[in-house]
Amino acid sequence: MATQLLSALVTIIVGVGGCLAYFYSSNFLLDRVFPAGASNDAAAVRNLKIQSAIRPWLFLGPALIFLIVYLIYPVIQTVWLSFHDKAGTEFVGFDNYVWAAKDSQFRQSIFNNFLWLLVVPAACTFFGLIIAVLTDRIWWGPIAKSLIFLPLAISFVGASVIWKFVYDFRGEGQQQIGILNAIVEYFGFSPQVWISLPFWNNFFLMVILVWIQTGFATVILGAALRGVPEDTLEAANIDGAGPFKIFWRIMVPQIMPTIIVVWTTITVLVLKVFDIVLTMTNGQWDTQVLANLMYSWMFTGGGDFGRGAAIAIVIMIAVMPIMVWNIRQANAEQKGAH
Amino acid sequence: MLQRIRLEPSRFALHFAVFVIVALWTLPTAGLLVSSLRDKNQISASGWWTALSTSEQKGQGRTKGKADQVEKDGKFVIEGNIFEGGAPTTVSAWGTNVNKPGANAPGATADLGDGQSMTVNADGSYVWSNTKAFEDDRGRRVFYVSSVPPRFTTENYGNVMFSEGIGRSFMNSLTVTIPATIIPILIAAFAAYALAWMKLPGRGFIIAVIVGLLVVPLQMSLIPLLKIYNATGFLSKTYLGIWLAHTGFGLPFAIYLLRSYIAGLPKDLIESAQVDGANDFKIFRRIILPLSFPALASFAIFQFLWVWNDLLVAMVFLGTEPDKMVLTYKLNSLLGSRGGNWDILTASAFITIIVPLIVFFSLQRYFVRGLLAGSVKGG
Repeated sequence: MATQLLSALVTIIVGVGGCLAYFYSSNFLLDRVFPAGASNDAAAVRNLKIQSAIRPWLFLGPALIFLIVYLIYPVIQTVWLSFHDKAGTEFVGFDNYVWAAKDSQFRQSIFNNFLWLLVVPAACTFFGLIIAVLTDRIWWGPIAKSLIFLPLAISFVGASVIWKFVYDFRGEGQQQIGILNAIVEYFGFSPQVWISLPFWNNFFLMVILVWIQTGFATVILGAALRGVPEDTLEAANIDGAGPFKIFWRIMVPQIMPTIIVVWTTITVLVLKVFDIVLTMTNGQWDTQVLANLMYSWMFTGGGDFGRGAAIAIVIMIAVMPIMVWNIRQANAEQKGAH
Repeated sequence: MLQRIRLEPSRFALHFAVFVIVALWTLPTAGLLVSSLRDKNQISASGWWTALSTSEQKGQGRTKGKADQVEKDGKFVIEGNIFEGGAPTTVSAWGTNVNKPGANAPGATADLGDGQSMTVNADGSYVWSNTKAFEDDRGRRVFYVSSVPPRFTTENYGNVMFSEGIGRSFMNSLTVTIPATIIPILIAAFAAYALAWMKLPGRGFIIAVIVGLLVVPLQMSLIPLLKIYNATGFLSKTYLGIWLAHTGFGLPFAIYLLRSYIAGLPKDLIESAQVDGANDFKIFRRIILPLSFPALASFAIFQFLWVWNDLLVAMVFLGTEPDKMVLTYKLNSLLGSRGGNWDILTASAFITIIVPLIVFFSLQRYFVRGLLAGSVKGG
């Protein structure tokens, strides 16, 4: 264990030192080869020009290499793989996609992912809005917000254990130690095995993600709400608008762009949801989702890279509209800034 | 600001609503923490919300056999204590039938038929009498319900740290997380400066690509990278491999977050430094880096939490051998192998979430700032 920590420490020093050494030495070299303080002015000007043409690439270089190796090349390769067989050697056309369309597990996953997409972003945004509005008006609001925000720091696996304990089931007549079944029994109903109740169990898994992500929505929407001009609210109040009218007609429309950002961010997260399903059910009892299905085809399904890649592409296609929208937003911002 | 606008009919309802929501959000974690500190037997005997009250436990003992009988007033009597050899508790009810362990109150005398009767007291002492001589070598089983005072302990933690392998996994998680947090910061900061302030062809395009990469699902990268890693050998299932993977996956967000911050720094500052003859490398070191500290801290927290909490990347790139299990994977496998042992699961889970919680509470300000600046990222 000590050697492991030592090796981690050495790597940090080597890694960070290596990075620093690269940036220092490459910039030093650039200054040496094309000195800005050259003897004649023409040479100096020329050298400065060369320097300012090369230096950005020295700065960007390592990042670009990482982005290409870890993201851009793999994306292209995954597209290619999805048209090839298990081992990635033989071209099979759309076979993997045709297989997927017929596979019952895949259909189940699409259906479940759709459910998740429908429920989780909406629930998080809704609760986030409500909590942001309510906590803004009481003295202990910041503490309340912190506590609601806290699950965001917890891993999906940790959260799954927490909720598995909440959903814990003991046979009827035994002492329930899961709080949900204890409450259900208290009200005179019989305890349920929540995570293996087909269809409804999806919602019990979704609760976990909503529990985690509502804090995120609260913080972002809370900040946006604080940006709603006071005059507008006061004017509405003077005009006799009730609290609900002020909330729906004035606050919500004003922060619509932020609501969209929160909604889309959580949507992207939902499409990739993996840990919760793997930990809670591993896709059993009709809870399979795309990300977990892809993982099981990659490894437990005998390493079928073609099918795994095809499922990844499906997730990618679902994310695509959000991606395009984000890029357009960013470009518009760029144009606005310059 | 909003306080001044009269929206609610009653302040009480508002406080109450927030209280209920907070309670709902906090209870699950509270249950985990409380349970992890309870006695192993008590966790499975009663709900954690009853942790402070005396709990009821069922148990059984056996009386002595015929060898210990004495004749007293024309009756044959066996006396003793049902807790003999075990831990003494307080009997709150008892019985001689397994289906009715709580049939009799302590001190009451039960008629067992056939001339036999028995009394069991709260301290466990019993008197078993018979009109005829006892003939059984072995005594009779006595079932009881005993009340156990609440007991809190840190035994569960010691147990999981040292014998369940959580301690080892904790070290593994640290080994993965620290370099994977530090390496991307430097690389991203330089790139962010270049994209914010330096003239280069295709800048707009590169920025657009990075924004696009923000939402690319990790799943798209797994298979090709796994192939590359397997081909190289030295990256496959090693810490170096996973550090580089986390660096690659974290970069789009890092560059995006830092670029928007660095681009917002005052232009005059950079221009006056340029007039003074400083080149970009010097400007970066002397001006940009110190001023960007809040953004760097935000990203560091994000990356730390993301890497610490990650399961997928660790499973694919570090593998699933016992000596390399990170906490998330270890916890996941304990759920499989120790499904019902909540003493082990709750303590293990709490150890995995304690580090993020400390980071979160001590640096919440930076965390929130990062969230607000980078809310385009898909997590």
